[in-house]
Amino acid sequence: MGVAEVAVAAPAQPARREFQIVPVRGLPLVALVLVGVVVAIARNVEWGLTFCHVVGGAAWTTIDLLLGFVIGPTLRRMPVPARIEFTTRFMPKMLLILPTTVTMTLAAGFQLARHGGLLDTADPHHAWVVASFCVVAVMATVALAYLQPANIAVLFELRKPQPDPRVIEILMRRFLYTAGITGVMQVATFVIMTRLAS
Amino acid sequence: MSESLVDRRLPPVTELGAAAMAAIAGGVVYEAAYLPKHAPSAAAFVLLAVAAALELASWLLLARVDGFAWWRFRQVFGYGLAAYVVIGGMIEYAFLYDHTHGTQLVLLTLLLTLFILNVPLLMAFTVARYQRDDAVAV
Repeated sequence: MGVAEVAVAAPAQPARREFQIVPVRGLPLVALVLVGVVVAIARNVEWGLTFCHVVGGAAWTTIDLLLGFVIGPTLRRMPVPARIEFTTRFMPKMLLILPTTVTMTLAAGFQLARHGGLLDTADPHHAWVVASFCVVAVMATVALAYLQPANIAVLFELRKPQPDPRVIEILMRRFLYTAGITGVMQVATFVIMTRLAS
Repeated sequence: MSESLVDRRLPPVTELGAAAMAAIAGGVVYEAAYLPKHAPSAAAFVLLAVAAALELASWLLLARVDGFAWWRFRQVFGYGLAAYVVIGGMIEYAFLYDHTHGTQLVLLTLLLTLFILNVPLLMAFTVARYQRDDAVAV
């Protein structure tokens, strides 16, 4: 076998990159947001709860839809080195942004539903509220069992002196497919939330 | 070149964890759907027991694995636990703030405890399974 053939057959070895898995600089902002949610709940401020629910929900759904239907399919068609460049810059930020927006949306939303009487089993909208709980339950299961661990594991792999391209491929495929599932579930969330609001 | 860690056979911790997560979510949804009234607790207790059994099975199966990168597992589990104690604490605070009490509070707190332990387990397992146990910490 010639040198040129060996070079073609050899698997691409991703280069090791230096980056923070959890961007520490973003933690104070996360703490500020969470304190804001606690204050809104404790003081029972309707505007604060609505703000947290709407802003958090808008950010969460937009990110999930973009990841599932735009960024995911685009990434799948990109060469591995380009995926790695994108991943090392993008995924650490997601580790802070997604759990924060999810906590903000759900905590404030639950309080709003409670104050609005939507949790009352006699309320005509109660079935839609329970449906939203079920959608969140599916998203939580997919995101926390598959998506988030894959996100963290791929970042650890990329920090190794010699990252394994097969591990990266498997984890990124898992990340992109589960992002697609949560994107579909967000469409269901839109249907439920618009039904509740109308 | 050493063998890829992709080919290593490990217990189905992710699948068990996902099933436990589904049981936890089911229990919380069932209970929360009745708040502020009390839900019949039998179904929630069953879901709690299923989730606990699945989590216990994950830990027991994982404990029997030879050559697992426990140093990395402990590191990720520790940080994950710290993060999810904060998130779980906020949820528990909301339950207490809403005057949830009695059997319902016990059930929700136990489900929340399983949730707080399950998420870091899934994160730490997924990271450590692709790590060699003799590797130098990065």
